[in-house]
Amino acid sequence: MKVLVPVKRVLDYNVKPRVKADGTGVDLANVKMSMNPFDEIAVEEAIRLKDKGVTEIVVVSIGEQKSQETLRTALAMGADRAILIVSEEKVEPLGVAKLLKAIVDEEKPDLVILGKQAIDDDNNQTGQMLAGLLGVGQATFASKVDLTATNVTVTREVDGGSETEELSLPAVITVDLRLNEPRYASLPNIMKAKSKPMANKTPADYGVDVTPRLTTLKVVEPPKRSGGVKVADVDELVAKLKAMGVAK
Amino acid sequence: MKTLVWVEHDGKTVKDATLAVVTAAAQLGEVHLLVAGQGVDAVAAEAAKIAGVGKVHVADDAAFAHALAENVAPLVVELMGHHDAFLAPATTHGKNIAPRVAALLDVMQISDILSVESEDTFTRPIYAGNAIATVQSKDAKKVITVRGTAFEKAATEGGSGAIEKVASTGGANADGGLSVFKGQEIAKSERPELTSAKIIVSGGRALGSSEQFHALIDPLADKLGAGVGASRAAVDAGYAPNDYQVGQTGKIVAPEVYVAVGISGAIQHLAGMKDSKTIIAINKDEDAPIFQVADLGLVGDLFKILPELTEKL
Ligand SMILES: Cc1cc2nc3c(=O)[nH]c(=O)nc-3n(C[C@H](O)[C@H](O)[C@H](O)COP(=O)(O)OP(=O)(O)OC[C@H]3O[C@@H](n4cnc5c(N)ncnc54)[C@H](O)[C@@H]3O)c2cc1C
Ligand SMILES: Nc1ncnc2c1ncn2[C@@H]1O[C@H](COP(=O)(O)O)[C@@H](O)[C@H]1O
Repeated sequence: MKVLVPVKRVLDYNVKPRVKADGTGVDLANVKMSMNPFDEIAVEEAIRLKDKGVTEIVVVSIGEQKSQETLRTALAMGADRAILIVSEEKVEPLGVAKLLKAIVDEEKPDLVILGKQAIDDDNNQTGQMLAGLLGVGQATFASKVDLTATNVTVTREVDGGSETEELSLPAVITVDLRLNEPRYASLPNIMKAKSKPMANKTPADYGVDVTPRLTTLKVVEPPKRSGGVKVADVDELVAKLKAMGVAK
Repeated sequence: MKTLVWVEHDGKTVKDATLAVVTAAAQLGEVHLLVAGQGVDAVAAEAAKIAGVGKVHVADDAAFAHALAENVAPLVVELMGHHDAFLAPATTHGKNIAPRVAALLDVMQISDILSVESEDTFTRPIYAGNAIATVQSKDAKKVITVRGTAFEKAATEGGSGAIEKVASTGGANADGGLSVFKGQEIAKSERPELTSAKIIVSGGRALGSSEQFHALIDPLADKLGAGVGASRAAVDAGYAPNDYQVGQTGKIVAPEVYVAVGISGAIQHLAGMKDSKTIIAINKDEDAPIFQVADLGLVGDLFKILPELTEKL
């Protein structure tokens, strides 16, 4: 069984994003970039499914040349092979989904596991779009995945609690935070990853038009909240709450 | 412009999240609703009364009973033949359905909008709300999810929408069989729902255990008539269920009062609550980032403060 895992290179989640003064976006020069945290969880899940009949994990990233570092990380974690689709321009989820569909048509994986959202643009779209384009089932926000040779049963985190769905393969899954704890790559595995295969492609190789549909007119900082006052003790807090009408 | 709003409901009543979407849709043009489900006459009747609603399309079929995106998306696509924009709440169900619709229409979705600037221009948060982008769509049809806390809720009375059965729901084919709903575990709680609560008390990792979380947070919430939330750390550690999580990847809330107890204030948590009207933080570390956004802060040990606070309220 083959699994495809798309991984995105994003601003590291520990770095506080800084909006550029000219209003064109967030400053990504000389800041730490990492694999989207949800994608680490997706890679980890694919690796764990190796006990359940998965024989090959292909990771793919669409982005600038440096995304190869992100792919190497996935290979060091335990993926087998990587595909890099280089685009120095930003590709929107719709374009990414179309490229992934082209790869799925070629590679015929049984399962595609994505993150539920990329923490840069917070779109939360790509997996659902891919499933729509492929005409297959989708299980988003997975917190538990059970795989058999023909089906996958997924528990999903939803607003009021959780839901369980069963999909026939091939299918698309997007993962939530509590599915697993991703492993760190060991040094020997990082060394080994260097010799694992990585194909270099462009959107044109797949005949996909990735022209953006959205134009970003400006990016600004949100209205700032300023810290307020500190109260000395519970009595003062209670008094304030009463003054606000929150407590009687 | 004619808009189509996906109505979120539980089979009995319209979910609050829908009301904010109606307000956003009304800023674009005429508002039509889609009520898809099984045995949804009551929901449709309730939806028709929402202020400003023109038409209510009703698709009643077992295939739509659980809002499976695989079945709902083709239905929406069909209706989009005579609508210009599709809007859904940025809830887990809305986020599940809308992008599938967008892909089938070959449209790039605009996620989680905060405002409608014009027919094709919207603002939306990126980087966990650390930046706000203004984006303009070139697509002929728009597919949009709406952040519930960013728009007023439309009034639930005053409308007189015309209820219209959707002619073809695909009949026997409405259920494409791509996925099968197996069950759900929906938490029952007497407390107000997080996304509509006026007051929220949230607990973090510092609570230390599920027992302490409930022993300390619940009584305070009960005193205040508040909903209960949690940080990711508290949920991951099993102190609180997953649907309590507030943040970038949890729920986005904006109550009148948000009380953060033993929560450090990571950007991913702030993303979910920093639009609250008044933020109150209780934390033993006076340098905790939560104090940078808190209107009222109390430095100290929550295990001493909470019992005293609950008692004195
Ligand atoms: C992709 C991604 C998405 C995420 N999404 C979310 C999200 O949606 N929501 C979310 O909340 N987090 C999210 N996180 C996690 C986030 O980065 C933080 O790890 C998390 O919010 C920390 O939770 P916490 O504040 O409860 O714990 P900690 O950071 O450990 O803070 C505990 C606080 O309690 C205080 N404390 C300790 N003991 C006491 C005491 N006795 N009395 C008073 N105060 C005390 C400490 O001073 C500290 O400030 C996400 C992370 C990632 C990578
Ligand atoms: N440029 C990209 N390259 C590879 N995978 C991506 C890319 N963009 C999005 N994805 C995948 O789609 C998921 C959801 O992203 P998004 O829809 O942008 O929030 C991510 O977690 C990745 O798994």
